Amino acid sequence: MAIATAPTAPVGKLARTWETAPGLYGVLATVDHKTIGKRYIVTALVFFLAGGIEAAFMRTQLIHSNVHLLDAEEYNQIFTMHGVTMLFLFASPILSGFSNYLWPLMIGARDMAFPRVNALSYWTFLLSGVFIYTSFLIGQAPDGGWFAYVPMTGRTYSPGLNIDFYALGLIFITISTTVGAVNFVVTFFRMRAPGMSLNRVPIIMWGTLSASVAIIFALPALSAACVMLYFDRRFGMHFFDAAEGGHPLLWQHLFWMFGHPWVYIIVLPAIGLASDMIPTFSRRPLAGYTFVALSTVTTAILGFGVWVHHMFATGLPMLATTFFSAASMMIAIPSGVSIFAWIATIWHGRPVFRTPFLFLIGFIVLFVIGGVSGVMTAAVPFDWQLTDNYFVVAHLHYVLIGINVFPVFAALYYWLPKMTGRMLSERYGRWVFWLMFIGANLAFFPMHISGMLGMPRRIYTYQAGLGWDTVNLITSVGAYVFALGVLLFLVDFFRSLSVGPEAGDNPWDAPTLEWSVSSPPPPYNFAVIPTVRSRHPLWEGRLDEEYHTLIGSGPVLDRGRETFGTSALDSDPFEILQMPEDSLWPLILAAMMTVTFYGLLFGVWWLAILGLVLVILSLAGWCWPKLVREDEMDLLPEEG
Amino acid sequence: MAMTSGSPAMFGTAGPAAHQIAVLGWVLTIISLAVLLVVSLILLVALFRQRAARADQPESVVIRPNGSIRLIVWGGIVVPAIILICALLFTLFVQSAVATPPATPVATIRIVGHRWWWQVIYTAQSPDQQVVTANEIHVPVGQPVRLELVSADVVHSFWVPKLAGKTDVIPGQQNTMWMQADKPGIYWGECAEYCGLQHTHMDLLVVAQSPADFRHWLDQQRQPPPPPTDPVTATGERVFTRQACAACHTVGGTPAMGTIGPDLTHIASRRTIAAGTLPNTPGNLAGWIANAQGIKPGNDMPTMSLPPGDLQALVAWLETLQ
Repeated sequence: MAIATAPTAPVGKLARTWETAPGLYGVLATVDHKTIGKRYIVTALVFFLAGGIEAAFMRTQLIHSNVHLLDAEEYNQIFTMHGVTMLFLFASPILSGFSNYLWPLMIGARDMAFPRVNALSYWTFLLSGVFIYTSFLIGQAPDGGWFAYVPMTGRTYSPGLNIDFYALGLIFITISTTVGAVNFVVTFFRMRAPGMSLNRVPIIMWGTLSASVAIIFALPALSAACVMLYFDRRFGMHFFDAAEGGHPLLWQHLFWMFGHPWVYIIVLPAIGLASDMIPTFSRRPLAGYTFVALSTVTTAILGFGVWVHHMFATGLPMLATTFFSAASMMIAIPSGVSIFAWIATIWHGRPVFRTPFLFLIGFIVLFVIGGVSGVMTAAVPFDWQLTDNYFVVAHLHYVLIGINVFPVFAALYYWLPKMTGRMLSERYGRWVFWLMFIGANLAFFPMHISGMLGMPRRIYTYQAGLGWDTVNLITSVGAYVFALGVLLFLVDFFRSLSVGPEAGDNPWDAPTLEWSVSSPPPPYNFAVIPTVRSRHPLWEGRLDEEYHTLIGSGPVLDRGRETFGTSALDSDPFEILQMPEDSLWPLILAAMMTVTFYGLLFGVWWLAILGLVLVILSLAGWCWPKLVREDEMDLLPEEG
Repeated sequence: MAMTSGSPAMFGTAGPAAHQIAVLGWVLTIISLAVLLVVSLILLVALFRQRAARADQPESVVIRPNGSIRLIVWGGIVVPAIILICALLFTLFVQSAVATPPATPVATIRIVGHRWWWQVIYTAQSPDQQVVTANEIHVPVGQPVRLELVSADVVHSFWVPKLAGKTDVIPGQQNTMWMQADKPGIYWGECAEYCGLQHTHMDLLVVAQSPADFRHWLDQQRQPPPPPTDPVTATGERVFTRQACAACHTVGGTPAMGTIGPDLTHIASRRTIAAGTLPNTPGNLAGWIANAQGIKPGNDMPTMSLPPGDLQALVAWLETLQ
């Protein structure tokens, strides 16, 4: 193991070792976490635009009473796909994208723990999204809402392929999310640079770790429910059929046991992103680091104890509902802790008002609004009035736009320069922020009122004279303003690629390790593996810290694709991991899964079985042992 | 819907259950707005309090962590916990208060959710005292009624915002709730759980009338309608019982015994047709019969192509079913 300082490190050799092969093979076979992260972000943004177009259709239909741009079936497909897209194909994958890109750079590693699994996670995400969207090609997109309540989604009342696309598509994307989560958990506990003990990791890591553990426990409920739904529909089973001893509430319990943790899964990593950006613009380390880290963990755990608040009106016993009511209110406390930690950071800091910071201020405000309206819906009797009306639509959009979209846009403005090497425009950024912030409030605040005026969710039109016209007009205008902000962001992004100023290594004077490398970073991330001594390695000098992180000198690890394996708590290095080469197997495996799912979708059993056999063969090919030379025996890869 | 008492807003309530919930709702709304206001103010102060003082410092300054824990503990834990516990206690109090009606219910009404209309059955000891109607519930003012909610097909949710919170209507189980109107009037109700294609058009009316009027209405609904008295309405009845209509609809006192669609024995006494989709006028009724699929696509009522004379006679007869 060679020790070197950065100028003497063999960067040419490292680059050759870690570079993705040129040409088509490299495009399809790459396992570079940075490429995969960027693909995640771009793909998720494309789905965000698709979901946004669906929203624009809905808001145009509802801009006034009795508008008939869409018929009932079209509207039902579009609102269902808006939910499925935003929740499964945007909100979660975009955060996976940021985590994939940033984690190794933040923790001084050269890749994620399982680079090939990482590639598999991306390809299955992409192909499951494409799978679900092909439903539009045959005019049978899912139309049962993202919650797909049985028996409406059973074969009797939904004989088309719509719900089969839904059930199979979700099982498919569950594979992507689950393998991604396993990768994050292992990376968190195994891949941190020497010295980066648990109390020194950026908060995004705590957020994504909490979310990943929640994914591992929550998604089986969804997969099981979708398998049951598919079996009910295809093979005439009766899991949800009350006439044959099944029960429709089984679906609701399973779905929300998954569904509520899912809300936290798609906000906790974003809360982490925000917690790592706010200190940069407050010019001081995060206040209450331990509080914020623990509140993300607490939220993820409590998130499993609140699912029944989606079912207060289903006639459950009062005692049960009161328990879940109490839990649903108390889960506000960890959020309050985080909010006041950010406020304390700003209070005792010196705020610098750049575009990402504007989005973060917006995020805090929207978070508070979504939080207090969540407490209102947690009150059982009041929820009997609010549930399934537009108040809940307002609440969930404040939560998801506030705690997912705003931190994500802050993160785009903040970290895109690291990815592309070019700054986005401050002038455009301010316009984008104000359009999105005003648009979101104009669109979603009036929805609280339309709900209180008795407007139910998921209606494709409404009559005049109910008092709903004005609030809906304001909502639609707000939605268009918001959309304008998103479009302006796209303009800014593409503009920045050619005319944006050079970012340099650390354009924000930020404290964490990813800003110590060039923008964009080299394929090997770090020429030498840093040894970390604090939470803010790049600010140590100015904070008069006693110990200093070693960034420019340290172990090189250049005998192949090498990085450190370190201990879970203190991050002491105890092995050198040999990371895998590029591989086509992840893509092949994902493609064979797609074949299987189309076979299951159309009930073409030979195709499904063929696909399954090919899946098994691909797994075998992936795991096939490589011949290892004698002198490489001590470098056996962790996984193939 | 000009025929109802204003918009279906959940505030401006007309019954004790909705009223107590509205009080809870206002309290929670005020607490929420106060929290939003206070947190926003603290945030604003945090953002701007040191602007002038530190404007001369270079951007590269990094401030050492100091005195933040008290703000987090008080603002993030202590104060929210106190507010939330108070809110929870008040919530539990209201929940227990609205759990049972203020008096013994004077009637039990069985409500069957269908895609996409409401069957309404006033239960009685003997079957001939039972009243079956659709999409319109009459209740006596100042007296609670008990509702039994069952579904004939998928999950629905029964909601009359001015009178009570919603209760889901779920196949395989019977949910119960109670409802009371304190003021005479007509209250808008709707299906609140997405139930498929025409979820939008699954509304109902609650007609609250004095107990005497309610008894009178119930007695009238128990009588079969008068037989046709003129050739046109007689033709109309013949069209109804001989065409497909009778396969799905019941009209008391006639051979029509269908159970798929709403009971039409007293259709002329109802204010809307097609579950609140249209006001019940002769023109709308004729339009509905001739073009049910155009008006509410996907519902079970087929579009009937009748000769114009037959359609007119049919509507004339239906108009006599008071």
